[in-house]
Amino acid sequence: MNKFRTVDEVLDLIKDGQTIMFGGFLGNGTAESIVDAIVKKGVKDITLICNDTAFPDRGVGKLIVNKQVKKAIVSHIGTNPETGRQMNSGELEVELVPQGTLAERVRAAGAGLGGVLTPTGLGTVVAEGKEIIEIDGKQYLLEKPLKADIAIVFGSVVDKKGNIWYNKTTRNFNPLIATAADVVIVEAEKLVEVGEIEPENVMTPHIFVDYIVRRAE
Amino acid sequence: MMLDKERGRVLIAKRVAKELKDGDVVNLGIGLPTEVANYIPEGIEVTFQSENGFIGLGPAPKEGEEDKDLVNAGGKYSSILPGGACFDSSMSFTIIRGGHVDATVLGALQVDEKGNLANWMIPGKMVPGMGGAMDLVVGAKKVIVAMEHTAKGSHKILKECTLPLTAANQVDLIVTDMAVIEVTKDGLLLKEIAPETTLEEVKEATGAELIIDSNLKTMEV
Repeated sequence: MNKFRTVDEVLDLIKDGQTIMFGGFLGNGTAESIVDAIVKKGVKDITLICNDTAFPDRGVGKLIVNKQVKKAIVSHIGTNPETGRQMNSGELEVELVPQGTLAERVRAAGAGLGGVLTPTGLGTVVAEGKEIIEIDGKQYLLEKPLKADIAIVFGSVVDKKGNIWYNKTTRNFNPLIATAADVVIVEAEKLVEVGEIEPENVMTPHIFVDYIVRRAE
Repeated sequence: MMLDKERGRVLIAKRVAKELKDGDVVNLGIGLPTEVANYIPEGIEVTFQSENGFIGLGPAPKEGEEDKDLVNAGGKYSSILPGGACFDSSMSFTIIRGGHVDATVLGALQVDEKGNLANWMIPGKMVPGMGGAMDLVVGAKKVIVAMEHTAKGSHKILKECTLPLTAANQVDLIVTDMAVIEVTKDGLLLKEIAPETTLEEVKEATGAELIIDSNLKTMEV
């Protein structure tokens, strides 16, 4: 099964109005080549799921600046002033989610769980409208799974079957989003032959990956 | 008389560092809390956690030695000390929320006598988002607020926070440029006062009742 595609070929899968998850933490570990291609194509009304909205000129921040995002589900927007501006002017809906809760909501979707129970956010605005469940005398918020139409993963080293190894802090949300979308595309920084990543060093098994795109030089 | 800004910041960082114990796993917030790393007492080994996904956070790399794949939770180039480990965001918050972080040091906009903390938004003005702060404050075994005692004279330590909370009833200790205050079930216990600062000045700069410790000391660093 050949998973290779050009950036143009995978762009055909990305359509207006979709929910798209991206890996990356302030742009570190984000598939920049695919972001750039989505900017160029001008896909609209995206629901964006990512840790943050990065910077105006980096990572998913470019999609915000180009006004392609209708709703952002993220933990932090402080490094991209354009996100705050669009939120205040009503152009962009922002759902702020505590970082650990965001990670577990994505993981829950990928792991087939109906949600997670977390103490994070109790007694704050995050708890508004959410069910509180008591377990053994302790209170938890019920947080629901988050899944997407498309997950766009960045991989430092990817083999031709789609096994992924992430270098240092580029891992962040990438292994989580790879489990939680209908279509998973990985942008490979370095592409290697099958077998070059030892099985015990594979961080995302190839079965999660539908398409492999090479990062632009 | 209050200490000047720079002396005050060093005092806070040094005093917080004294709270850390050998073997502790510690997460430091951005800004003033980051400076705590510069004053870890000799003979104490502390492991710093960075919520974007590693333990063994080291100093900022020298110019020219940056690794594009290695940043800290503020997005700045970072280093990992020998013996460090990288992981994904779920593991990072398993460490944080699961009670495997011994202490977290954070700044605050407001903190109150119930140990409530507000440090993530000012409605209508500044909404950066909570990032990992809500999980850290709920999950860390000890929550230390490190901040200047007042914001240009206006109270930050209050009877009740007025800004949206980061978490309820989680703060254990408040270290400022004027005092060290423990949050107890009876209220705020004033344990130490900064050098060159009087009790009256601390009371005036605090927007809540202070219980004065019978063994009230001068902050030593």
